[in-house]
Amino acid sequence: MQLSSSSWYCNGVKNSTESLMARFIELGATQGTGRVILCSGDWTAANARQLEHDIASLPLSPAERSQSSIDISALRRLDTAGAWVLTQLQRDGAGQATDFIGASPKHAALLSRINTYEPKALPPRHSLNPLLVPFSALGRIIVGIAQDIVAVNATLGHILVALAQTLTLRSPLRLASFVHQFEQIILRAIPIVALISLVVGAIITQQTILQLRNFGAAILIVDLAAILMFREIGVLLAAIMVAGRSGSAITAEIGSMRIREEFDALRVIGVDPYQALLLPRIAALIVGLPLLAFVGSMAGLLGAIIVGQAYGGIPMDTFVLRLRDAMSFTSVAVGLLKAPFMGFLIGLLASVEGMKVQGSSESLGRRTTTSVVKSIFVVIVADGVFAIFFAAIRF
Amino acid sequence: MMDQGAPSIMTVVDLKVGFGNTTVIDGLNFELREGEILGLIGPSGSGKSVSLRAIVGLLPTRGGDVSFAGQNYSGLSSSEQIVVRRDWGMLFQQGALFSSLNVVENIEFPMREHLDLSPRLRRELARMKLDLVGLPPEAAYSYPSQLLGGMIKRAALARALALDPKILFLDEPTAGLDPIGAGKFDELIVTLSDTLGLSVLMVTHDLDSLQTACDHIVALSGGKLLKAGTLSDMRAATDPWLREYFHGPRAHNPEG
Repeated sequence: MQLSSSSWYCNGVKNSTESLMARFIELGATQGTGRVILCSGDWTAANARQLEHDIASLPLSPAERSQSSIDISALRRLDTAGAWVLTQLQRDGAGQATDFIGASPKHAALLSRINTYEPKALPPRHSLNPLLVPFSALGRIIVGIAQDIVAVNATLGHILVALAQTLTLRSPLRLASFVHQFEQIILRAIPIVALISLVVGAIITQQTILQLRNFGAAILIVDLAAILMFREIGVLLAAIMVAGRSGSAITAEIGSMRIREEFDALRVIGVDPYQALLLPRIAALIVGLPLLAFVGSMAGLLGAIIVGQAYGGIPMDTFVLRLRDAMSFTSVAVGLLKAPFMGFLIGLLASVEGMKVQGSSESLGRRTTTSVVKSIFVVIVADGVFAIFFAAIRF
Repeated sequence: MMDQGAPSIMTVVDLKVGFGNTTVIDGLNFELREGEILGLIGPSGSGKSVSLRAIVGLLPTRGGDVSFAGQNYSGLSSSEQIVVRRDWGMLFQQGALFSSLNVVENIEFPMREHLDLSPRLRRELARMKLDLVGLPPEAAYSYPSQLLGGMIKRAALARALALDPKILFLDEPTAGLDPIGAGKFDELIVTLSDTLGLSVLMVTHDLDSLQTACDHIVALSGGKLLKAGTLSDMRAATDPWLREYFHGPRAHNPEG
């Protein structure tokens, strides 16, 4: 029904307006002091737009309107939308107490219920002076950053306390949980981290070979690969991958546990949720990310070997021979030293965002997004800081 | 209340629903008549909610027919099904309000999707529905997460009424409400059913709802129809579960 009514509305408004006019409202004879408005047809939501239009185009002056009475004896169907429009029409006649003429008992009951509803003006929603919007936004950002710093430190404190209690054996070591998280966060990420590092390693090497070949120094890609893969690419790709993969998962898990009061349940039972839920995850990240970084570095190196052979014509044994000289323990150590910090940062930010979830599923989604964006950002910034630091100490 | 012998608006014939190897509903028959409030009861796990979800098409059925006003729903084309569906309103147990929209936007949502209304009229209708379900106008701009349990149910009911349905499906409407709130909600359902001419199918556990609101009761057990009839029929039943349900310590029996 509604489908067809909206289609006539689109197709033939112009030519059918006249005939449609007659469908709902007609002006009857003068009765007593004013005209009678005859209503007929289906006064339903599907026809509401036409009804509004018909009422607005009634050829009556406001004074005549207030004198008119409404006959609804020919009305077929009436729903709340139609009843609302009808009562509005009746209220046009201000101060007039006449009932609808010829209302069936059903229609009368509905109309009298709708008539009890007095639309009240809502208190205006307070809106800000547009000139102040940028300042208010800036203020919110600054306050948000301040609150973030507090929240991060609070969570950090909780986690360190939980860690201390576990290390001093005052709280149980949740080995099962740790192993489970280690599998979820680290072991299951190995294939994708290895694959991505292999491809990125191959791409970087290919581009470098194309440049170095001009100087006849293609063999130097071995040095480049040895340093770049182990110092930067392996750990960075692993950290970004884990931030996207597990940072989001941790935030969503913690967040939905908060919504469903599981956090509060743990507290009431007398278990520290930071100790039971967050510590195993963060520990898995700290212990596992170096492993992932190493796997990523090796895969990147493999990519470099493959491309070196394909584009640079460097046979594998030459590559490995050169690698013995180029590779240093320092490069490996730099990568593996950075990884635990990055893992910790990812876990911390994911936990903080998860703790901020409240109420709606929308909030859960927003927090998860924020968690991933923040942890990737922080991981990259931390990598930059480490680069400066290691350069400064000539490591 | 309903007039006896009112025409049937929905008929369920031999409904079968199952998951995997288990059959949850095994041949359920009942009908909902125009203007009547029908209560669907049964022990936990008897398939009340499942049959409700199957009737509204949220679960696939394994057999049987559900017809609305004489039309077999599963035999209709998908566009015809949409037209039939527009005559339904459903109140979910937790309200299922869209959490990213405020209350008045939630109520406007079905109208926006299915009706061609001017924005002003749509907003006014939405606020009128709020009034119909007894919510204060100030609640219009609250978000679902800011509402209390009873208000969520009322707001969700207003959304279910947005398209002026002929049939209202209620899944445990009074669950989680305090007794006063639940009593008021029952009254509201009865008033709405009377003024708007609604037929209501409610799944419930609440004996008070059965007493104050329901004209007829259908009892399920183990996926089958146990008994259908009025409240006094149920009280007179000999089935052990029905006896325990209607004469147990939580049932107040007017006849003593």
